[in-house]
Amino acid sequence: MDINKKIATRQSYGESLVELGKVNNNIVVLDADLAEATKTNLFKKEFPDRFFDMGIAEQDMLATAAGFSTCNKIPFVSTFAIFATGRAYDQIRNSICYPKLNVKICATHSGITVGEDGATHQMLEDINIMRGLPNMTVLSPCDDIETKWAVNEAVKINGPVYIRLGRAVTPIIYEENNDFKLGEAIQFGNGREATVFATGMMVAEALKAKEELEKEGIDIRVVDFHTIKPIDKKIIVKCAKETKKLISIEDHSIIGGLGTAISEVLTEEYPAKLIKLGIKDCFGKSGNAMELLKYFGLTSKEIIENVKN
Amino acid sequence: MLSDVELKNLQEISRRIRRNIIEMVYFAASGHPGGSLSIVDILTILYFKELRINVNNPKDENRDRLILSKGHCSPALYSVLAEKGFIPKEDLKTFRKIDSYLQGHPDMNKVPGVEMTSGSLGQGLSVSNGIALSGKLDQKDYRVYCILGDGEIEEGQVWEAAMSASHYKLDNVCVIVDNNNLQIDGKITDVMSPYPIDKKFESFGFNTIEIDGHNFEEIINAFEIARKTKNKPTAIIAKTIKGKGVSYMENMVGWHGKAPNEEQYKLALKEL
Repeated sequence: MDINKKIATRQSYGESLVELGKVNNNIVVLDADLAEATKTNLFKKEFPDRFFDMGIAEQDMLATAAGFSTCNKIPFVSTFAIFATGRAYDQIRNSICYPKLNVKICATHSGITVGEDGATHQMLEDINIMRGLPNMTVLSPCDDIETKWAVNEAVKINGPVYIRLGRAVTPIIYEENNDFKLGEAIQFGNGREATVFATGMMVAEALKAKEELEKEGIDIRVVDFHTIKPIDKKIIVKCAKETKKLISIEDHSIIGGLGTAISEVLTEEYPAKLIKLGIKDCFGKSGNAMELLKYFGLTSKEIIENVKN
Repeated sequence: MLSDVELKNLQEISRRIRRNIIEMVYFAASGHPGGSLSIVDILTILYFKELRINVNNPKDENRDRLILSKGHCSPALYSVLAEKGFIPKEDLKTFRKIDSYLQGHPDMNKVPGVEMTSGSLGQGLSVSNGIALSGKLDQKDYRVYCILGDGEIEEGQVWEAAMSASHYKLDNVCVIVDNNNLQIDGKITDVMSPYPIDKKFESFGFNTIEIDGHNFEEIINAFEIARKTKNKPTAIIAKTIKGKGVSYMENMVGWHGKAPNEEQYKLALKEL
């Protein structure tokens, strides 16, 4: 992990779109007046004919994307996670997931790390509602490299995909040529004291905790869930068997997110206790992203405490 | 002008579609006869005069599309598709049954000729716009027709989509509002008036045409005007009668989503 080199996953998304646009004429991009923030403006600049600003009308945007996809286009739809999945939930459910249309929803500004805008803009339930939809694939990359993989992988999937991206910058964790596989979580280390299951921005925090604990002679492992649906059952059961403690961490509500997805697997396959770190059934608030992570207990410090206690 | 033979032929098709609707709803013991019967004449003209479609190649990239945004009127859509040869007529009696592909609301993946899955109201015009934008991008000259209910246009998304159609100058989009004046809870003017419908679409940048939605000549002319209108979408406000063709159903709010009993079923067939 290169702590010094940080990049926001939304930036990686915008750059990937441009690359995709060059090789695939069927890619079209729709945004709802947030192209600067979601970074779809990079695509807009290169391919103005294939970029459609739909204005502040998310429901219209999602259903328009459904229409595009029936004509062999591959629409990438972007806005903040709160509006993409909340405002337009019924359009995603009935006009995209039910007919299994090839629409890629890339939502930025997910989670508490939206920061200063506060609770109305901090989407903490999107993994919950998106993974509850049949036919939907849910991706939640943690860094620049993984995001670029996720965007390209989404094109290979014939059906709806939700990609959860963040606002804040995050450290680069992977090497350029890393081999990612859909539905296969990535394990860091073989420590047996604990497993920390993490997704998105929390992967870097988990790796930080792992490093700190190593200095004290406590060996843990970290598992990065870039794919939340389909969930990697095998690795969950394996880690439950091999480690003393199981912890999950996500910048999302503890209801219905990664932690819940993991406990669903544990309940059926290998009953074990799981400590769920996340937003504990409450709304967010204004503040700087790093302050908020501390306030809501989503840092390496809490991971370390939970491993030790 | 339609010749007498042509007129008679179209009337006969409409009559058969209406009979099919009654049979489907009767055998399913559920479904939506009122709003299905009000759009029959429009669908007849669309499928037998207007739409450039090929039964033998239902996915032809250059085909015209019909999006039934008011998806609960699936009996009308399935009946016209059967009449056109997309699906076997005998399948209509399986409508809404557990082993049938004819779902209560249209499913594009199950029924040949159904262009879009619909049922949750207010989304069809946005979908139509996506198809129309795609056509412009690919320089294809197909047209997209979208049937909305007059109650359905109470959904806010319809007006988001109306704004988009006009903003992107989608002259390949033609909206048809089935203005039968009734919705589940009563008259649209009592429940939540969408009037003036023509003025609303006009102010959103549409070319608007008001017609009698049961008059073949007027329907044909309206589509022709829509086709010739450039740089803006067209909205045809079709004045219709809910339950049209079955005397006891006409203009009766109770027949929005109810199946006839045996006696009523026989009476309806006798009238049609």
